[in-house]
This record gives sequence, C-alpha cells and structure tokens, in this order.
Amino acid sequence: MTSAPFSGITASHNSKRAAGLTFLIIAIVALPWVLGWGGTSWLRILNFALLYVMLSLGLNIVVGFAGLLDLGYIAFYALGAYLYALLASPHLTEQFPAIAALFPSGLHIPILAALVIAALVAGIFGALLGAPTLKLRGDYLAIVTLGFGEIIRIFMNNLNAPYNITNGPQGINMVDPVSLAGIDFAKGWVMGPLTLTPTHLYYYLFALLVVLIVLVSFRLQNSRLGRAWMAIREDEIAAKAMGINTRNVKLMAFAMGASFGGVAGALFAASQGFVSPESFGLMESLVILSMVVLGGMGHIPGVILGALLLSGFPELLRAVVIPLQQSLFGKVLMDAEIIRSLIYGVAMVAVMRFKPAGLWPTPKREAAQ
Amino acid sequence: MSTSLLRISGVSKRFGGLQALDSVALSVPGNSIYGLIGPNGAGKTSLFNVITGLYQPDGGEFSLNGLSFKPDNPTRVAELGIARTFQNIRLFGAMSALENVMVGRHVRTRQGAFGAVFRTRQQRSEEAAIRQKAFELLNFVGLTGKAEQTANTLSYGDQRRLEIARALATEPLLLALDEPAAGMNATEKLALRDLLQAIKRQGTSILLIEHDVKLVMGLCDALTVLDYGKVIAQGSPGEIQRNAAVIQAYLGTAAPSANSESNHV
Repeated sequence: MTSAPFSGITASHNSKRAAGLTFLIIAIVALPWVLGWGGTSWLRILNFALLYVMLSLGLNIVVGFAGLLDLGYIAFYALGAYLYALLASPHLTEQFPAIAALFPSGLHIPILAALVIAALVAGIFGALLGAPTLKLRGDYLAIVTLGFGEIIRIFMNNLNAPYNITNGPQGINMVDPVSLAGIDFAKGWVMGPLTLTPTHLYYYLFALLVVLIVLVSFRLQNSRLGRAWMAIREDEIAAKAMGINTRNVKLMAFAMGASFGGVAGALFAASQGFVSPESFGLMESLVILSMVVLGGMGHIPGVILGALLLSGFPELLRAVVIPLQQSLFGKVLMDAEIIRSLIYGVAMVAVMRFKPAGLWPTPKREAAQ
Repeated sequence: MSTSLLRISGVSKRFGGLQALDSVALSVPGNSIYGLIGPNGAGKTSLFNVITGLYQPDGGEFSLNGLSFKPDNPTRVAELGIARTFQNIRLFGAMSALENVMVGRHVRTRQGAFGAVFRTRQQRSEEAAIRQKAFELLNFVGLTGKAEQTANTLSYGDQRRLEIARALATEPLLLALDEPAAGMNATEKLALRDLLQAIKRQGTSILLIEHDVKLVMGLCDALTVLDYGKVIAQGSPGEIQRNAAVIQAYLGTAAPSANSESNHV
C-alpha cells in the first residue's frame, strides 16, 4: 500500500488487485439489497455507519496520522450540518426579509455545491480552532479541543437571539432532501424492475463519498504532507530539526480532518431533513474517537472497521437483547438499554485490554528481503 | 580551508544557576570534519541545541557560509543547511527506514495537500524523486535492503546510520553529529569512520561530538575542547593531545594526599 502505483508491482499483483476491487464494488452495490431482507431499519443503520466512517477517517487524520488528540471533532460535523440546513431550508428567508428579497424562490443550494462549501468552511474552522492549540500536546490539547467542541454546540443552541440564526434548541426543520442528476431523493427512483427507496439512494450517495474520502485518505497518507504528519506524531522535535514547519503541517491536519467532518455533516442534514444541537454533543466526539482508537489509529482499513463495528454493534444488541432474554428466561429480566450499554462497555474494555493497538492496527513492517 | 563555513562567537546559555555555555567561539572550515569534545556536562550538546535552534541562546553571533543568521527556529536552521542527529536517537520509530529518509527530503520539496489529493504530474515526479534519493542515501550509509524495515526494529548501529541518512536527505552544508559512534562495536565504528570520510569527500562538512578518542583524533581536521561551558583549547588533533588544560580537564589535577582527604571525612 505504501508503494507508488505501478512501481515494482507485478502483473499478477495487478490482476489480484483488480479482482479485489471488482469484488469490493459488487459488495458495496449489493449490500443494501442483502440487508433489505432484514427490513429498511437496517439500511438506515448502515447509512449512519457510513457517516461515521467519514467522520472517523477525518478524525484519523488529526489523531491517527498527526497524533493530535482532539475531543471536539464533532464541531465540524455540526458546522457542515448547519451550513447545509441554513442554505437549503426556509429558515433564513423566513427570519430575514433581506435574504428573502435576494432569493425570492427560497434558498435551495445544490448538494454538490453544499458539499464543497461545507468542506471548505469546516476546513477553515478546523485551522482556526487548531491555531491556538499548536503549542499544546496530549491531555492539554484534548481539554482545549473539548472546550472548542462544546463552544460550537452552545453557539448552535443559543444563536436564536437577538437574531434567529440557528433557531436554538428547536433546531432547523424542512431541510431540502438531496436532489441530484434529476433524481429527487425524497421520492425514490424506479429503475426498470428495481425500486430504489430514498434510503437506498442515500446509501449509494454516502457510499460514493466514503470511497472518495478513503481515496483521499490514502493519497494524503502516502504523500509528503502525510509523512510530515506522521513524523510529528513520532517525534515533534526531530521533525522540526528535519525542517518540517510543524505549525503549518499541524494546521493542515486540523483543516483536512475537519473538512471530512463538514462533508459528513452536510450529508447528515440532507438525509435527516432536520438538525438540532443535541446531535452534536461531547458523547458523539467520544464515540468517533473510540471508533478510531478501537479500529487501529492511523490505519485506514482499521478505522473503517472500527466505525462500522461501533455503529452497528449497539443496533445489533438492540435487536437481539430482548428476544434473547425471552427465549432464555421466558421473560425480560433487564431493560434493553441497560444491558446494551453494559455489553458495549465491556466489549470496549476487552478490545483495549487484549488488542491495545486496536482491532486492525498498522502491520509491523519487517525485513522485506 | 581558509573560508569558514560555520562561525560562532560569544555564544552563551544559562540554565538557572548553571552557565551551560560561556562565550563560546569556534569556526568550522569548509570541507572539513571538526570535532567538539569535552568531559560529560561540558556543554557540547547544549551548543548543538543552540546552533540548531532548539535552545534560545542568551547571546552570540552566528554565521553560515559568511551570512549571519539567528538560530531561533529549528525549521529555519534546517532550511539554511544545518542538519543534525541526536545523542539519544530520535528516529520516527513507527515509520519505515525509507520513510524516515523521505521525511528528510521535506525541507527541499514543496508539494502540499492539493498535489497529494489530485496526484498532479508535478506531485508524482517529485514523489518519485524523493523516493529515488532516499534509496540512494540508504545505500550510501549502508542500509541497502532494509528500506521497508520499521525504524525501531533496526539494530542500534543501523539506527545511528539511518539518522545520518535522514539528516543528509536535507542536503545540509553542515552535518552536526551528536555521538554517532555511541553504542557501536569496533567493526561498526570502522564503517562509521569510512562513512564520515565519504560524506566529507562529497563536500558536506561535519561537526562531530564524540567520546571515542581514537575515532576523533583519526578523523578530525581540527577540534574545540569545552569544559564547564568554556572553550579551553582549539587546534589540530596533535596540538590538543599535548595541551595541558585538556589533560587536566579529562584527568583532573594531582589529588591532595590521601591522608588529608580521609581526615575530613
């Protein structure tokens, strides 16, 4: 994975790679139809899992590559979500006559433009919030980023007076669903014998963006910038002595990581049609960090696995816990929510105890002779 | 030999009550290996840290290749052309040997996030050049075939050599080595000696801190001896070996008689 494309890769290696990719593409395309047998709720869970994959890969750049512990990452998800919600809902035009006069048919930003703007704005905020933390490391950095994360959420919660920008705790409603290439995602799409529900359509859009984000992650990892991030993670003083401008390189890590969060946020707002501050609490930041750490910090496939497991596992427990108790004991002994949190916590402790580097860490490279 | 590559004068650094460096002056000629020796705690590493921008000096003049500079930032010093290794090896442990050297190319290359994400033609050719140069340097220091090994799994001697390769990747005018032979066995020391001479032949000067007297005396064109932060002698290896102040600093003065000593205890 670290070798440049085509350098020293044999033909059989290439065809193996092509076969692997083909299989992966078929799996991604077929997955919703397989899951669909279990009901649309599973597909909805899968969509959330994909959003978490995007978020984890973004946080992985900051925490996994550059080694900067960030506990306020959810702020960029919130920024992306609110950005899309404001630019694609009647909220702003209802509140501000001037905006309504400018956009007589209402604000309806196309999703592609929204994704680009969300990535840019979140990236800029990432760098801005990163700037005061440049001299901090470890625990101290974690505390400051935690504060920043909370500040953004509290802003969203309170920016409804004197000017109602975010509509406060009630959140913003009636956010436009995605409409792309003439397909209105809210209505679904009939394609010959297949009927794609809105959930299917969102799944394919999310999957496409996950693929893009994975590609970008790999490309960043194997680049001059990616190596500089890892050098800072490994030894900041040595990195400086080798001529790495640690300030700029760290700001780039914050910005790139945040931009993934912004994209995920805009997609979240579009697919839900509603955003409110309570989706962006500290707990969410911690869950995303857990996905990165549990999967394998700095290892892209590991982080993806971590995100899929930690977002899927609780839902699996939710579905299993009650029926299992009924079949074992004939009655429900423990509330599903309690036992679910218990198992979830125990599982996390167990993974960290027995696989401290994560479930799927970066393979240790040995002599390659 | 008359032109000096690095010239410093009046360099002082105080840590609380300890005068680590006291008005140190030295001049490293171009195309040379220059030794910096002294007993433990003499201030050798402190001087390295000041020259490479890791410590802020209390005062002093610095010039490289005739241009004066202020070593207030390690990144800038590396850009100017001074690269260093560390007494306690500081490699990027979880990265491969090759990647460590590739990081050294950072300061002489320029592709950023845009190039990386879009794999522009310039980015790909720069990346290929970085990789090529890194392989060459690994061969040069004798780490052929160990490119993919994780840095912290290499043997001690190999780690020291890898640090030199990483520093050379920044294309320095002056290579500052802090005890490169520490922990090496006799064979490795011989190989190191050849390596340092090869580096000098390629036109990179070396500023060398080293405790191995044989190695230092055999390699260096000139030396400075530090003791308690002060320069106590400067000159050729022959002159240093005969210098009374140096002998005193290393071996001490004749001790008072054993009797008077024990009476006080």
